[in-house]
Amino acid sequence: MKLWVCTTEEFPHKLSETVSGKLIFVMFTICTSMRQRALKPGQSPYRALLETLELTNTKLTLQLINDNNKVRLLLELYRLQGNMTRVKINELKPLKPRFEVPDVLINNPPTEPLSLLSQDENGVVLSLGADSQWLIVSAKPFRLDIMEGREVLLSLNSRGLLAFEHLRIPLLTALANGLKRTSNPFSLLFPFSFSPPQYFSPALSIGLHEDGMWEETFKSHTDNKPNGPSSISLDFSLPGVEHVYGIPEHADSLKLKTTDGGDPYRLFNLDVFQYELFNPMALYGAIPVMLSHSAQRTMGIFWLNAAETWVDISSNTGSSETPQTDVRWISESGIIDVFIMLGPTPTDVFSQYASLTGTQAFPPLSALAYHQCRWNYNDQEDVAAVDQGFDEHDIPYDFIWLDIEHTDGKRYFTWDPHKFPQPKDMLQGLMDKRRKMVTIVDPHIKVDSSYKIHNEIRSKGFYVKNKDGGDYEGWCWPGNSGYPDFTNPEMRAWWASMFAYDQYEGSMENMYTWNDMNEPSVFNGPEVTMHKDALHGNWENRDLHNLYGLYVQMATAEGLIERSGGVERPFVLTRAFFAGSQRYGAVWTGDNTAEWEHLKISIPMCLSLGLVGVSFCGADVGGFFKSPSTELLVRWYQTGAYQPFFRAHAHLDTPRREPWLFGPENTALIREAVRQRYALLPYWYQLFYHAHHSGQPVMRPLWVEYPQDTATFSMDDQFLLGRDLLVHPVTEEGGRGVTAYLPGKGEVWFDVHTFQKHNGAQNLYIPVTISSIPVFQRGGSIIPRKARVRRSSSCMEHDPYTLFVALSPKRFAQGELYIDDGHTFNFDKQKQFIHRRLSFANKALSSRNLAPGSQFITPSWIEKIVILGASKPSKATLKTPDGKENLLEFEFDASMSVLTLRKPGVNAGVDWTVVLQ
Amino acid sequence: MSCALLLLLMSLALAMGTGAAVEIQRPRGVPLSSELENKPFTCLDGSSTIPFDRVNDDYCDCRDGSDEPGTAACPNGSFHCTNAGFRPAFIPSSRINDGICDCCDTTDEYNSGATCQNTCREMGRKERESLQIMAEITKEGFLLKQQLIHEAKRGQEDKQGKLTELQGSKKGLEEKVEALRTVKETAEDPEKEAKERHLKAWEEQKELLRMEKDKTRMAECVTVGDIQRYFRLQSHLELDPDSDGSLSETETQGLLGGADKVDTSTFETVWSGIKDKYLSEGQSEPPAPVETPQEESRDFVSDHDSDHYPEDYAGEEEEDVEDDEEDDHDEEEEEEKVPPTVQTPEKREDDEVSMPPYDTETQSLIDAAQKARDDFDEAERALREVDDQMKNLEKEIGFDFGPSAEFAYLYSQCYELSTSEYIYRLCPFNRVSQKPKFGGSETNLGLWGQWAGPEGNLYSVMKYDHGQGCWQGPNRSTTVKLTCGKETVVTSTSEPSRCEYLMEFTTPAVCQEPASLDEVLHGHTEL
Repeated sequence: MKLWVCTTEEFPHKLSETVSGKLIFVMFTICTSMRQRALKPGQSPYRALLETLELTNTKLTLQLINDNNKVRLLLELYRLQGNMTRVKINELKPLKPRFEVPDVLINNPPTEPLSLLSQDENGVVLSLGADSQWLIVSAKPFRLDIMEGREVLLSLNSRGLLAFEHLRIPLLTALANGLKRTSNPFSLLFPFSFSPPQYFSPALSIGLHEDGMWEETFKSHTDNKPNGPSSISLDFSLPGVEHVYGIPEHADSLKLKTTDGGDPYRLFNLDVFQYELFNPMALYGAIPVMLSHSAQRTMGIFWLNAAETWVDISSNTGSSETPQTDVRWISESGIIDVFIMLGPTPTDVFSQYASLTGTQAFPPLSALAYHQCRWNYNDQEDVAAVDQGFDEHDIPYDFIWLDIEHTDGKRYFTWDPHKFPQPKDMLQGLMDKRRKMVTIVDPHIKVDSSYKIHNEIRSKGFYVKNKDGGDYEGWCWPGNSGYPDFTNPEMRAWWASMFAYDQYEGSMENMYTWNDMNEPSVFNGPEVTMHKDALHGNWENRDLHNLYGLYVQMATAEGLIERSGGVERPFVLTRAFFAGSQRYGAVWTGDNTAEWEHLKISIPMCLSLGLVGVSFCGADVGGFFKSPSTELLVRWYQTGAYQPFFRAHAHLDTPRREPWLFGPENTALIREAVRQRYALLPYWYQLFYHAHHSGQPVMRPLWVEYPQDTATFSMDDQFLLGRDLLVHPVTEEGGRGVTAYLPGKGEVWFDVHTFQKHNGAQNLYIPVTISSIPVFQRGGSIIPRKARVRRSSSCMEHDPYTLFVALSPKRFAQGELYIDDGHTFNFDKQKQFIHRRLSFANKALSSRNLAPGSQFITPSWIEKIVILGASKPSKATLKTPDGKENLLEFEFDASMSVLTLRKPGVNAGVDWTVVLQ
Repeated sequence: MSCALLLLLMSLALAMGTGAAVEIQRPRGVPLSSELENKPFTCLDGSSTIPFDRVNDDYCDCRDGSDEPGTAACPNGSFHCTNAGFRPAFIPSSRINDGICDCCDTTDEYNSGATCQNTCREMGRKERESLQIMAEITKEGFLLKQQLIHEAKRGQEDKQGKLTELQGSKKGLEEKVEALRTVKETAEDPEKEAKERHLKAWEEQKELLRMEKDKTRMAECVTVGDIQRYFRLQSHLELDPDSDGSLSETETQGLLGGADKVDTSTFETVWSGIKDKYLSEGQSEPPAPVETPQEESRDFVSDHDSDHYPEDYAGEEEEDVEDDEEDDHDEEEEEEKVPPTVQTPEKREDDEVSMPPYDTETQSLIDAAQKARDDFDEAERALREVDDQMKNLEKEIGFDFGPSAEFAYLYSQCYELSTSEYIYRLCPFNRVSQKPKFGGSETNLGLWGQWAGPEGNLYSVMKYDHGQGCWQGPNRSTTVKLTCGKETVVTSTSEPSRCEYLMEFTTPAVCQEPASLDEVLHGHTEL
């Protein structure tokens, strides 16, 4: 947690005003190596010992020495394939091993040779490959610069904020105990909602700088720190950069703010009650990845550390100098292991990050449809009635969710015997309608000797232990609970086996899983989470806290795969996450509130997650806490319909809000929003296929596609889906119009509802009514839809496609069509899929195979082709591979220049061409 | 259901014979009509005309969806299932060939691979059975309802009669009250005078005694500590000069003019300065140190603690911490639990010599007045009772018990339903409540609000609201749905939304005249 306090004059710190108006002193103290002398930017005590340099085929190693305490560090530099550099710094000889994050990288990243270009007593210059990129290691003080030509792309320790608290023998234990106090006024890094108002007095800190080294106290919680201080820190300078993004999860704008005079962005997975907006406070998940972007270049910094982490950002924006952003990362323990992704394009950075941590899990198609959730659907009759309600009101849905009340006394993997006596009947009822269910399985396990899951975990020794070696226990929904040690692979394997149909009684193949509370949430723990001195095997929770949630979802997803014999794709929603969590399913933004500001913040929150790999993101539609106005609920459905994970959810204490409870007009508005989602499912599915295949985000900030258009760099009230749909949802109460920015000089955009054409590179005012969802299709794109919206996505499986061809000013368009069975791994294992290139050029639209090695048979056919921005042809001819030519009937709307080709009827999986004459 | 449709259905049933052959002769998904075939089809909204082979060709040509009644091609179409043996129905055309059997005659799934069973006959039979049962219930229920109406009418007349009767007796009582009031007032005047005389004499004598006593008390030399303790000055924060919440010895000393000991005359000066305040505030405090010994209240409080806060003492807390906490509790408990009225001025006078008894003359005046008062009070009480009865009657007469007062019999009745956890209690026109089966207090789920059925069927739903408030939520409320039944009974309860309850209640009072039902049943039997 917080380290300890040194004197304020000598050490960097912050004094800040929090949102709640309390003065909170936030101090970053990397005191170990600095206590004896001042640390100022530019005066790093670290020096590279060039004589220790060793260069092998895969890496360069070099020792660093702290001239103050003579402690030596080992620097490892790697040039990684795909234009990345890895910098690792650890103690040369730690008293015991320091934690290195496992299971996040998908493999040991392949290296490329570094070559030494020059060396003298001041440093060495290494080549980073052919494109005139160099890595300069300066000896005194130690510093790294990555250059391209004469330009510095990024510097490390240029401000001298490298700090590495080496492990030591607790000589000061006695003294520290002597200083033990009942309340520590410097317990200030805890979230502010939880922290009493504290006023920092500089005088107090002097002489107390040993405090907190070996033990510290927060409220009634004492954190034993048997390993003493172990924090690390490093600074990065990014010349030419004014915009940095990422490091979710924070309820803040897309463009990260400078933290000068404020609190740093904190990464520490916490169950936050009613989180505040525009705030760097820690939330449920943490992905320590930051992207920098300028019109010239996009880069990324991946700080692979799972301990509590803070990020400080400062920038000289506004001054006359060359813009520069300085970033400082601090973690409480572990080692420095940082990946510098050198881009240079946004797409490159996404690929680079995906090559390290993997890509988005490819969800079952139905998971991209609409989800109906509530805490709680009371019983089987309630589930049946809600299911029936959707049919009566002709609103599609795919999943109905059961929150914690469905269990027998919050014992997960069980059912309340009175409310859900026949779960299989219920699931069969849903299956008969080709619908599905999600039940919640949280990682806190009721301590109850009559509960099988608890007994097995206890007897196998799978629980997280407290510092004294007993099973760690905390308070959560079931009361006293144990926390399985998900970092243990044996435990994960056992957990996965619990999802087998014969283990999880009452489960069926149309039942999937939701992991909540996996930060983990401990109601009576410090900051409502686990004590940092709790033990996962040999490691403290302190070292790996932010990984716990990832492991829970990993084990659960594995369970769902295993129960189907490895055939079916899993669907697991998680609240806590870390780098790599994208491989296991979906993420939602936790317990938001039914307020307009929360609707708005859902956009930057999901955009930020998308930039760092997690595409399958959504916010509770309607807002979790409190009750939304009807207008807010409608607007939220309209926004959610165009965000990746589309689920309505509500708190137990709020009035019911199924879509038909607000009068026929509002029911119709919500029905229309949900139907728009269903019609676009082929496009969503295709985007997720790409996210899975290449790591490109599904929901994107505009700058990702228009990297040189500076007007887009801070935009987070609109977004792109893929590169072809631009969405500017109405998120203002009583909104009568929105101003959407349509990017791309020389490009055109088509309103998807009216087919009206607009020029790019303009701010377009769009008058709106309550039914409006401003969405535009990029001229030059082809988007497949399924116009026959049915009860659930499964019911639409074999339905025909309508192709929307939006012509560019040069009368060109391109798109894709991806089809597979929608739910198994056969697309991957047996190449059973259809992936086609659709292109319109020279007055001809054609479909060509993009994946010759693949095969899949679909009954789906092409129902209709709508060409936007077209001129009227004299005839339209369909040519199929068998040599047949058929004339197609068409309609032409001259006022909107829309050409509709009637019923080509050709199978969606074959080659064909339509020629217009 | 219209007669025309019924006729259509009957003719269809006749024409069908074995069934399948007829289906083909008409466009799928539309009711039977042979005129359509082979002529150009004009969309029902008139928007366009298409060749007949484009009807049901799995492509939507009409804006209103009318050209594709038998396919899912149009987003707004609807499909007609004949459902021979059961009721015909329209379903949204998006349910055609979606793999789910919607029509009991299986006609919606002709090309999806779904294997559907024709369940129409079975469903028809079941429906007829349930309609039969329902009809019987309705028939009997309706008879009961007539009885209820009759009884209600009689009851209403009784009540009206009673009310008239009461109005008469009320008048007599009012006169009696007025007469007795005069008697009472006449007797009270002399009583008052005599009492005042007596009291004045006593006051004078008492004042003499008090002056005597004060002098004796102050004759002793007292220390500051004595004074503090004696008058419990520490707790008299109104005297605290620095308002820090306690009156220290030094501060007391200051009050007393700086000396740590005072003699009678000094104290008398100081005393007269603080006396008024002390005395006036003193009413809520123990006035003398001898009362409420500390030990006693402590014992009481500790017992209380150990009963109710055992956790506070669990664990490894240190001794002194525990003590502190106990002290805290003491203070709190004393404030909360000892009512300020324990020490009343009357009680204080017990210390002093009590007032001598009234002389016989005064006493007899008092007795006479008391008699007059009692008589008056009794007459007034009788009047109030009549008033109350009248009010209740008027309230009951004024209630909306339905068009023929058929719900009147529910008034002042209660009906219970026991579930696994709770006993629910519905007292119509009064309140709904819930009581845990295994201990715990009753929760008010709503007070009678109004009839809340839909237009045309207002008396099918009762609404009870303004029940006990919910945490962060609304006040509890209950909707009671009434269905026809021979018996008056609560059949189910649920809480569909937090703190919004739903109760189902059967009563003969909502049973409809069975004639119309007979017709429907009859019609079905013929199919």
